[in-house]
Amino acid sequence: MILTQEQQAILDGARGETLAKVMKTLVMYGDAFEAEKLVPITSKYNHLVTSFGLKVMSPVYDLMQKILDADVASEQKFSVDPRPIDKNVPANFLQNFVFNKFMYTKQDFYEKQLEKLGLMDKDAFTCTCYMDEVGNTPKKGDVLSWAESSAVVYANSVLGARCNRNSGIIDIMGSIVGYVPYFGLLTDEGRKATWVVKVQTTKKPEAQLLGSAIGMKVMEDVPYVVGLDKWIGTELDDNAKAYLKDFGAATASNGAVGLYHIENLTPEAVELASALIAEDAKEYIIDDAELERVQKNYPVVWKNPDAKPKLCFVGCPHLSLEQLKTWTVNIEEKLKENSNKKVSIPTVFTAAPKVLEAFEKTEYAARLKATGVITSYICPLMYMNNPLCKKMPVITSSNKLRTYTSAKYYTDGEILDILTKGGK
Amino acid sequence: MKTFQGRVVTAGCVTAEAVVTKQGFNTLASLQMALQFGDKDVKCGDQNNEELHGKPLIGKALCLPQTIGSTTGGLVLYCACAMEKNPACMLFANHIDSLAAAGAVLADVWVDGVSMPVVDCLGEEFLEYVKDGMKITVKENGVVEVE
Repeated sequence: MILTQEQQAILDGARGETLAKVMKTLVMYGDAFEAEKLVPITSKYNHLVTSFGLKVMSPVYDLMQKILDADVASEQKFSVDPRPIDKNVPANFLQNFVFNKFMYTKQDFYEKQLEKLGLMDKDAFTCTCYMDEVGNTPKKGDVLSWAESSAVVYANSVLGARCNRNSGIIDIMGSIVGYVPYFGLLTDEGRKATWVVKVQTTKKPEAQLLGSAIGMKVMEDVPYVVGLDKWIGTELDDNAKAYLKDFGAATASNGAVGLYHIENLTPEAVELASALIAEDAKEYIIDDAELERVQKNYPVVWKNPDAKPKLCFVGCPHLSLEQLKTWTVNIEEKLKENSNKKVSIPTVFTAAPKVLEAFEKTEYAARLKATGVITSYICPLMYMNNPLCKKMPVITSSNKLRTYTSAKYYTDGEILDILTKGGK
Repeated sequence: MKTFQGRVVTAGCVTAEAVVTKQGFNTLASLQMALQFGDKDVKCGDQNNEELHGKPLIGKALCLPQTIGSTTGGLVLYCACAMEKNPACMLFANHIDSLAAAGAVLADVWVDGVSMPVVDCLGEEFLEYVKDGMKITVKENGVVEVE
């Protein structure tokens, strides 16, 4: 890798041992991908994936402390993934005991570290930092040092920013020196699609199921999706963006997708169309049967596969304001249809603190509350990491949550039925 | 015995018993519960990986195509190394992915006294040949002996 004089000086220790090690980390990371150079980060804000003060992750907090002690924290402020605990979310005495005494014992300590490191504000905890209400929305072409797989794939695909699927810690290190290695999804070549995915379903495909199917097929490659605009349109409106948020999170967690193109919809696909498709791109056809096959093959890891669900999570990644409103209306209508007044199992809808704040200002908040649904800023994945929660039969419409935990996946429509039909 | 030449990501020498997955290794799903609750064998917790689920990973030569899943993957791997709960080495059939590379580099630069050699680009034939329980020897120059 060819470094500038300034970068080389940092690597050689001119600005201290800690900053030299940060630079060494980035150079070695770039060398693993034959990166020729480091390029400047151009986004206003950074986003970190590590939001949890998990006792076992003490090596991370030790490393952060080294950065603070060396006084080399970045001037670039950042948002961070959701908090792992929220007392609004149902948990019994023992589950709370495990949360508070065994798992997230470093939460307060770590949040203080984050404040010192440059947290945007005390409510900047969400995986959907790019929502308007949160305010960390990169521009097309911005170079980022983000982690959080669902945010990276959204920023690359929907916003047209440029970011590799960086790991936690690498995210903050890039921000500290102000540079990231130039490879992969930062390059024009790396953004070309090596798969053409043809959507040939007879109805609008479930976002999280379609994303799962594509993620498992293409892994870390870039898919160019044809035929989806028929179902979600050619405008990046709130509905399309919410769909792509959920779709992308599933591609990233069920596989390792960092960028996708949707024909006639996402910015680079609109601009470059089929010129984005690499020579010899492979093909994957998705029809109703393929989606059914994918869903049927998910392992059910509940001890009793027929157990009555005890909790439902919707909102991984966090819901948008419009999604909260739509869910409210759908639940009300379905409850009425089924002559019920409340959802049949404890249900938590998760969203960014700032989105929840905006939602509370709408008439929908009281209406949703009346159905029995709880809202929270929690990370459902962090909740499910508690082994006592893992044993519970939890359902979700998040394919990311299904992938990493024991939660059982249902489509949005199936979840709606389960929540509103009660014992009928 | 068969020998494979790979590319060194982080150098080192080690001999260990192979555990093999032909599907992407989900670092978070595989390691989080074991690290969190002190499983001394570091058994793989990824329910979606039938080849590895429930098998001990600590001290093993982990043979894989690549890692997948959450971008906490690199820091989870870094923590595993800092806690000395890591595989003995990681041997990639494909080019290493960004999350595994981050974990390997973070461990190499920031963890003292722990060595986890990482070699990639060993080829599909490597993953076809190697089986659970085989003896693996990794050399400093990226040569991997399988017997």
